Amino acid sequence: MASGIVFDIKRYALHDGPGIRVVVHFKGCPLSCWWCHNPESQSPAPQLLYRGERCVACDICVGACANGAIVTSGGTMFTDPAKCRQNGKCADVCPSGAREICGARLGVGDVMTEILKERIFFDQSGGGVTLSGGEPLCQPEFAAALLAECKRYGIHTAVDTSGFVAPEVLLGIIPVTDLFLYDIKHMNPEKHMEYTGVDNDMILSNMLRLGERGAVINARMPFIPGVNTDDENMRATGDFLAGARGVTRLNLLPYHSAAEDKHDRWGMEYRLRGAAHPPTENSLRRAAEIVEALGVSAVIGG
Amino acid sequence: MNERIERLRRESFEALPSFSAERAVLETEFYRENDGKFSTPVMRGLNFKYICERKKIYIGQDELIVGERGPAPKAVSSFPELTCHSLEDLRVLNARRMQSYSVDEREMESYEKVVIPYWRGRSMRDKAFARMPEKWLNLYEAGLFTEFGEQRALGHTALDGLIYEKGMLDLKRDIAEARAKLDFLNDPDATAKDDELQGMDYSCDAVIIFAERHAELADSMAAREADEARGAELRKIADVCRWVPAHAPRDFWEAVQMYWFVHLGTITELNGWDAMSPGHLDQHLAPFYEKGIADGTIGRDKAKELISCFWIKVNNTPAPPKVGVTAAESGTYNDFTNINLAGLKRDGTDGSNEITRIVLEVVDELRLLQPQCNIQTSVRTPDWVLKAAGEVIRHGMGYPSVFNADMVIAEQVRAGKTIEDAREGGTSGCIETGCAGKEAYLLHGYLNTPKLLELALNDGVDPTTGKRVSISTGDPAGFSTFEDVYGAFEKQLKYVVDTKIETDNYLRSRYAEFFPATFLSVLIRDCVQNGRDYYNGGPRYNSDYIQCTGIGTVTDSLSAIKKHVFEDGRVSLEALIAACNRDWEGDEALRLTMWNKTPFYGNDDDYADSIMRMVYTSLFESIDGKPGILGPTYHLNMLSTTCHNYFGKMTAATPNGRFGGTPISDGTSPSQGADRKGPTAVVKSLGKMDQVKSGGTLLNQRFLPSVLAGEEGLNGLVNLIRTYFKLGGHHIQFNVVDEETLRQAQKNPDQYRGLLVRVAGYSDYFVDMDDYHQEEVISRTAQEIL
Repeated sequence: MASGIVFDIKRYALHDGPGIRVVVHFKGCPLSCWWCHNPESQSPAPQLLYRGERCVACDICVGACANGAIVTSGGTMFTDPAKCRQNGKCADVCPSGAREICGARLGVGDVMTEILKERIFFDQSGGGVTLSGGEPLCQPEFAAALLAECKRYGIHTAVDTSGFVAPEVLLGIIPVTDLFLYDIKHMNPEKHMEYTGVDNDMILSNMLRLGERGAVINARMPFIPGVNTDDENMRATGDFLAGARGVTRLNLLPYHSAAEDKHDRWGMEYRLRGAAHPPTENSLRRAAEIVEALGVSAVIGG
Repeated sequence: MNERIERLRRESFEALPSFSAERAVLETEFYRENDGKFSTPVMRGLNFKYICERKKIYIGQDELIVGERGPAPKAVSSFPELTCHSLEDLRVLNARRMQSYSVDEREMESYEKVVIPYWRGRSMRDKAFARMPEKWLNLYEAGLFTEFGEQRALGHTALDGLIYEKGMLDLKRDIAEARAKLDFLNDPDATAKDDELQGMDYSCDAVIIFAERHAELADSMAAREADEARGAELRKIADVCRWVPAHAPRDFWEAVQMYWFVHLGTITELNGWDAMSPGHLDQHLAPFYEKGIADGTIGRDKAKELISCFWIKVNNTPAPPKVGVTAAESGTYNDFTNINLAGLKRDGTDGSNEITRIVLEVVDELRLLQPQCNIQTSVRTPDWVLKAAGEVIRHGMGYPSVFNADMVIAEQVRAGKTIEDAREGGTSGCIETGCAGKEAYLLHGYLNTPKLLELALNDGVDPTTGKRVSISTGDPAGFSTFEDVYGAFEKQLKYVVDTKIETDNYLRSRYAEFFPATFLSVLIRDCVQNGRDYYNGGPRYNSDYIQCTGIGTVTDSLSAIKKHVFEDGRVSLEALIAACNRDWEGDEALRLTMWNKTPFYGNDDDYADSIMRMVYTSLFESIDGKPGILGPTYHLNMLSTTCHNYFGKMTAATPNGRFGGTPISDGTSPSQGADRKGPTAVVKSLGKMDQVKSGGTLLNQRFLPSVLAGEEGLNGLVNLIRTYFKLGGHHIQFNVVDEETLRQAQKNPDQYRGLLVRVAGYSDYFVDMDDYHQEEVISRTAQEIL
């Protein structure tokens, strides 16, 4: 059976589709958005993460590494990236959780075991499973197999996608996907390129194709003052969504800076630092009014 | 909240608890004069009457519902016949930082000259401790268990609908009938029954007199009252007090006042651990409300105002002051009146009504310490009830707590109650299941289960003191399998429980002999018909509970031993025990391995959860069906109140990576910080516990406010609760507060005086808790969504 790299399986998720959900986070993403909430998910392979503040310098990891990648110096542990094979042996034995492997190869069966634990909550709440990321459709066979398996159990499925995937992959999963959570980050191609690293042409055309094939789409927009909240972009977004089929609503997700800390932790540059701030209630309401006026239902949050 | 309620609420909130010697002095006078003249039940009945005839009557400005236990709001009576406070105790109460009670010089002098000289050596506590066996004392002093009967009267007291159907005069007629039927020719107990019934009869007189004195005061205040409207209110109060509790109430106002007089009676007669609870108040009041609405004699606002007045009255009644270990195990002003809402009616239909909604509005507006309320949720309970409760829960006061009514009923049926009686039952105190109005269900104290494991790992010696406190169950050096460890744990469990029960039975029989509760016995079904006291087998049902604390800590510790010692061989058992007894000094890596690399209870992980089931089964088998003085009445309860903090202080480091002296897990919650997979995983783990075999479990969950925000958050909460109950859960309660708020409250207590948080089965003011208890609340896993 198919397998893939998963970096988290979250239970009691309430904001990624209806009801109480399990969100399976796939590793790897073709985008590199400035505000990315899961920066550790961008690279497709499992990765060793190190939190120095947790390390108690016990040396246990040194002995566990067959590659001799870890050295101690002045009571601190250093990992030599050239020698580290990212195999996670040190994380297995690390007492404090300072060493952690982000991402593990799991089979469909492994993930289903976790999902099925939550079935009673799906039954009660009308919830289900959401594939998220990274970009889940970067691992197309695994995603499709997992979705098909969920449907075999009668579980509601949602896919949280950037839309930046080959059209045949996206269209291929329509029969096993009850809901697409589809990000529209910016309507302007240059801006989109600047902030996410990719062009928005395929993203937009994919959404139109999905809608034409009868998919149910919940559009979502990270609402980031200074990036994409100006009236012009809101009007363009509203116009586009009004013309797309299958789009039930647009969720405006207010920006918050929680990701800043994560970027620091994993030693990644946070390019929005100081440049963006959480939106005001008024700006959210105004944006919602603009798209509503164009005939698109807007929801703040969620 | 109208102006009247706002004013009364503020006065109640701001009044500081004080110690009143009034009741103690009256009681001493009575006993000095009459001791030896009457049988014990008659003595108790007459003593109660003597107090009701003489105690100061208080009617406050603006009040509609009247009556105080002490001479003024928040003036707390004492019960020297149970525990006679020493002068030193009183000085500590006056001076201590937390849960202080002001004691003025006059009260001190009364105690010194009148109360102490008489009760010293005669109090229940003095009598009991004089003959506690050494093996009991060894375990008690080591912190293996606590003892409820040593400072307060045993028992849970929740009522059914009796007092809304019968007034005291009706009950006196029932008593007279029972006396007339006594068969002195053939029944050797007839005289004892006659004494008991006579005591009950005097108790009925006592509360009628108490009410009449309120009527007189109200009339005289009305005569002097310049304000015409208030004058009319006072005359109405007088009318109400002349009718109830002598007669059954005729309208909503009388029904509320009826309950309040009865409540005051029970907590003046004796000092019950769980004060008193009306049981299903919304069901009891609904017929009066509906009738009043139909005939136009009451409006919704007036009903809400009266309920608010009642709420404030309960808040005026802090718990009597505790001392010593008992204060450490449960230091709170809360007297645990916990009102049941919704649930099922006797006939099995949905019990929620408009009063349910009004009460939820009242608690949300008043935000007081007492009384607290809970939602009894059946599959038949409509969603609006849970959503309305969820709205209040989101405001972060920790209440209402939520119970699975169907499970509470099933627990009672398993323990032998009829289905109809079980439906009228519910929960009281924190989470304790009982058949309201028909049962004496006595809590006897908490059991420190992690400390049992500690004894098993130290061959019966307390590693903190080096003293042998329990039986020898083998040198751990000789344990070669996990089963060896577990076997020693089970032997310690059996020995400690048996030792406790022996003493509990002794104490319980002392209550039956010396302190019959003759007024309460009038209110609990079948005591009158049986001619027997509440403490002596009078009630229709009788139960004894031992409350087991720390199943999370002990499960995780056993899991750590099983995995790291016997499966992975990472550490030897002796090395692990030595590390625990050194409080992990020099072993931080080992401690962290235990803490981070062990399957823990609360994560829906069968490895740990199967150990929890094993422990739970052992607890059940060691307690359930054990003989009490009335038959096989012992049952398992899984409550901790705040005793997990006291027990934590008494327990060395544990193999799950916990430091010595820090709290053990509370109720049936996972260890603080051990649940790492979110609330659904927590309730799945709890769902594997066969909760129907208990008399209640307790699950604390802390949520960040953002998790419950919006319609999705509210639905998520409701669905989480519903699912937990499908899984067989008994109870769940929520703290909805972020750490920053709690830290701010620690820094600036004056600005957070009203911040209520869920402590155990009840909420308390965060700033009234000591640092240790505050840190424990903060250390609970906060369920969040990123």
